[in-house]
Amino acid sequence: MSTSIILAIIVTSLATFSSRFLGVISSEGIKETSKLFRWFNCLAYSTLAALIARTIIFPVGVLSDASYLSRTIVVIFCLFIFFISKRNFVYPTVISAIMMALLSGHL
Amino acid sequence: MINKDFFFKGFKSILAPDSPAIALGCCFIAIGALLKNLGFNIQESIFSTMLTYALPGSLVMAESLLVGASLLNIFLAVWFVNARLYPMTVSLFPLMMHKNQPRWKYYFSCHFIAVSAWLIMKSNYKNIEKKHRIDFWIGIGSATWTTAVIGTFIGFYASDYLDKNMMMGLAILNPIYFLCMMVGAMKTIQIVSAVILGLLLGPIFYFLSPEWSILLGGLVGGTIAYFIGELNVN
Repeated sequence: MSTSIILAIIVTSLATFSSRFLGVISSEGIKETSKLFRWFNCLAYSTLAALIARTIIFPVGVLSDASYLSRTIVVIFCLFIFFISKRNFVYPTVISAIMMALLSGHL
Repeated sequence: MINKDFFFKGFKSILAPDSPAIALGCCFIAIGALLKNLGFNIQESIFSTMLTYALPGSLVMAESLLVGASLLNIFLAVWFVNARLYPMTVSLFPLMMHKNQPRWKYYFSCHFIAVSAWLIMKSNYKNIEKKHRIDFWIGIGSATWTTAVIGTFIGFYASDYLDKNMMMGLAILNPIYFLCMMVGAMKTIQIVSAVILGLLLGPIFYFLSPEWSILLGGLVGGTIAYFIGELNVN
């Protein structure tokens, strides 16, 4: 078991580092004022948004046991808190954890 | 070598009131507890966070190990979910590259590319002279990476005291924090379009292909957003 865990960690880190390293190699020929850079900027924001949506709607791990209703309520309420708190990041983040822990037992 | 002043300036940025340190730390507490439940020992758990330092990738590895997936399957599954790091790197490193800086700094510090550090750098790079941005970035990356390792350590030893509801609370922290940060970054028509299209298309493409959904959602949404922005400027 232990050997397979170490191999899995090495394989995971290689799969992760390859994207980062290729990104640096590609960056060497790109100017920050170019259209290509702006396109990659859009790709990065869009990919992150897709990842966040997938993490909330189709999660893996322990969050997949929480109901859709509880996740939806937490997201909507925390966005509401974010806007009424003048875009403070800390309040909605802390409240999300408390709300999810409380709601997951009931919804 | 690394300029200490800018390194520590970057390192201290996670102490800001709106820093991702709390959300990041809590998520890695959940990862530490999850890895212990999967049979990892403390060395393997810390080793995993230090080498991978990407939360979705660690989760996918844990899930794959649980169902007995092969190493090739783990590699592909992690690569698919972490391929987002490629556009993130390309959209950040041109802002930091300077002719007076050695290349090893870029190759070494790309390991710190993760959503939290990326968002901090994106919102602060204009305040730092270009020559010193890479040292500032290494400071930010070292701080978030250290937070992740400490979170894993705490999670590993606290796992016996965390019930399922508490684990769910820790797991929702990171996506909510990133969602708020993304909404907060929506200041130009291109970024607004990119975020909204990504949020919509990611889940829609999931029904076509769960593995490709993030990449396809990002590629299609980002490209449409780019053209919307260009048309708007013209």
